[in-house]
Amino acid sequence: MNIKEAARKEELLESGHRLCAGCSESIIVRQVFMALRGPTIVTEATGCLEVATTIDPYTSWKLPWIHSAFENAAATATGIDVAFRVFKRKGRSKYEQVDVLAFGGDGATYDIGFQALSGAIERGDDFLYVLYDNEAYMNTGIQRSGGTPRGASTTTTPPGKAIPGKPQYKKPIDLIIAAHGDCYVATASPAYWKDLIEKARKGIEKDGPGFLHAISPCPRGWRYDMQSTIELARLAVETCYFPLWEYDGEYKLTGRSARIADKPELKKPLEDFIKPQGRFRHLFRPENKEVLDALQDDVDSYWERLLQLVSCVK
Amino acid sequence: MIVGLSGDEAVAYGVKQADVDIVAAYPITPQTIIVEKFSEFYDNGEVDTEFVPVESEHSALSACVGASAAGARAFTATASQGLALMHEIVYIASGLRLPIVMAVVNRALSAPINIHGDHSDMMAERDSGWIQIFVEDAQEAYDATLQSFRIAEDLNVQLPVMYGLDGFTISHTLQRVEMFEDLKALDFVGRRELAKVRIFDKLVDYALDPENPLSLGPLSLPDYYFEHKRQQEEAIYRSSETIKKINEEFGEISGRYYGNGLIELYRIEDADLSIICMGSTAGTTKEVIDRLRADGKKVGLIKVRTFRPFPKDDILKGIRGLKGVAVLDRSGSYGGIGGPLFGDVRNAINDLKGEKPLILNYIYGLGGRDITMEMIKGIYDDLESEEKHDLVSYVGLRS
Repeated sequence: MNIKEAARKEELLESGHRLCAGCSESIIVRQVFMALRGPTIVTEATGCLEVATTIDPYTSWKLPWIHSAFENAAATATGIDVAFRVFKRKGRSKYEQVDVLAFGGDGATYDIGFQALSGAIERGDDFLYVLYDNEAYMNTGIQRSGGTPRGASTTTTPPGKAIPGKPQYKKPIDLIIAAHGDCYVATASPAYWKDLIEKARKGIEKDGPGFLHAISPCPRGWRYDMQSTIELARLAVETCYFPLWEYDGEYKLTGRSARIADKPELKKPLEDFIKPQGRFRHLFRPENKEVLDALQDDVDSYWERLLQLVSCVK
Repeated sequence: MIVGLSGDEAVAYGVKQADVDIVAAYPITPQTIIVEKFSEFYDNGEVDTEFVPVESEHSALSACVGASAAGARAFTATASQGLALMHEIVYIASGLRLPIVMAVVNRALSAPINIHGDHSDMMAERDSGWIQIFVEDAQEAYDATLQSFRIAEDLNVQLPVMYGLDGFTISHTLQRVEMFEDLKALDFVGRRELAKVRIFDKLVDYALDPENPLSLGPLSLPDYYFEHKRQQEEAIYRSSETIKKINEEFGEISGRYYGNGLIELYRIEDADLSIICMGSTAGTTKEVIDRLRADGKKVGLIKVRTFRPFPKDDILKGIRGLKGVAVLDRSGSYGGIGGPLFGDVRNAINDLKGEKPLILNYIYGLGGRDITMEMIKGIYDDLESEEKHDLVSYVGLRS
């Protein structure tokens, strides 16, 4: 798809919703929608995206949409997928094919909905799960999640005198999902829209579960100027904080990340990504240098792990 | 067709005949036979249903929500801890007005862990907005399965239905069950018709349909939430008429009537004393009544079939003229005034014109503790005695 074709697609997330200025969630959703191939139904976990786009009696969604609870988007997707499979078999469906999309934030995916997601993938249900990862429970006021990076300040990991931000690492959710086996897995950044759209399309076309993990900068939670959203989404990739890759039986780096793997000098320092963000500000105090180093280690070891996984198949 | 079936098997056969689109379930004692039997049908290609073996009860009901919202006929079955785990989605299913049907094989809630029958699991969902039916035996378990789809999917109702069968007492006991031929069952249940909703000037199916995109389950704030919940309450009150109508219709083709569908009165016309209870204990009580009647005792039974909607007026009609009423609860309401059934009956009696009967509560059978004919006779004796009564007594409890 080129940018002209993308621009001609009908907008399926209507403007007028209440997402914050500078929020990347609607950008991700609209990019995913550019990848649709036909009749599609959306289910969503509880979160910012849900509460800000459907304030009764208004809705931004021009696709059939259902929100049930926080932890069950994948199980709800199963139900929808199975229902349309049965309708088709019984000759009761108006549609040859209905695609199912599930959207969940990091809290809904890394934490509370992890079991339902793992179960649905193990069963081989046919849907694309889109994780918009803003790295904390932003909807409830910026509390830490399994997706929050080490050292980050959140309202439940405030940089205190004894504990300077989140003590734990960011869980490698995408590698865990890939370990399920027969599932299309990809990471994406809204700064690289073409890569994101292509991956969303692959996930939709996959006859079985797909998992698209999109980094989702959040001006309120990350504490940066709202005009920098796409820049940060780009820096996350350029610094190898959030590498772009995909898995469909084998691991492959894509786009900018593939180029960095070939030419390591292209890699930017992690500081470029974290310096503009208030949530990391305390890490630049001398007494917290250890935490900053540990965060760098997390990023390096994840990147090394990816390089190994990629080289395995070469 | 007359067959010997356990209550669980009777449920599985009912689901098979109802041409359900999706069964999503997770195993838990004493519900397992339902899932196992249905898996047999599925693996032998005997049903045109998708069976989804989910990883938890929470996902079982969540998958039913997704499927039912897509327009499918959805069924699940659970018990005890499984229903407790579903709790969150139980409210969502009714709030979204999805006609899901669920068999609950009633079992005590932990702790301490116990696998046997009592009603604490369904009572914990009392205020969830689901229609709640308690059945007496395997036959009624089969019949209620078929009836529940009709009740839930009725366009005047559009609410989920859970029906309870006592764990082991009904679920695992082989009983005589009269089944319909497949076509006759399907003819009774029919196909699910979708409700319509008005979107601007157009009536569209209340379902997830790409042609008419609806947003289901939005954020509803103080300006709209209250009205949604009130509409839901009106629907469950309205369901009384539907339940009665379906009970009649079912009786006409089967010869089996369950009172008026909401309550069943047994030898109550000239009775002085009555028990009010639910579930399998109603069967035991009928047997005791027959024997006591043979001795000239004027005793009867009011079997409550639908705990929700609570059949207040029907119960009052049954109670009118009685001298004593014993309400039997198979679950507690800890820190409250007696058990949950007692609370409602005693509340209803406030509306009784004229002299009110003595009304007492008997808590029994927790964790599957046996309730014998002797104990039930003891309750009638207690009700009849001139001695001072405790408002709440515990039957079969060791001192």
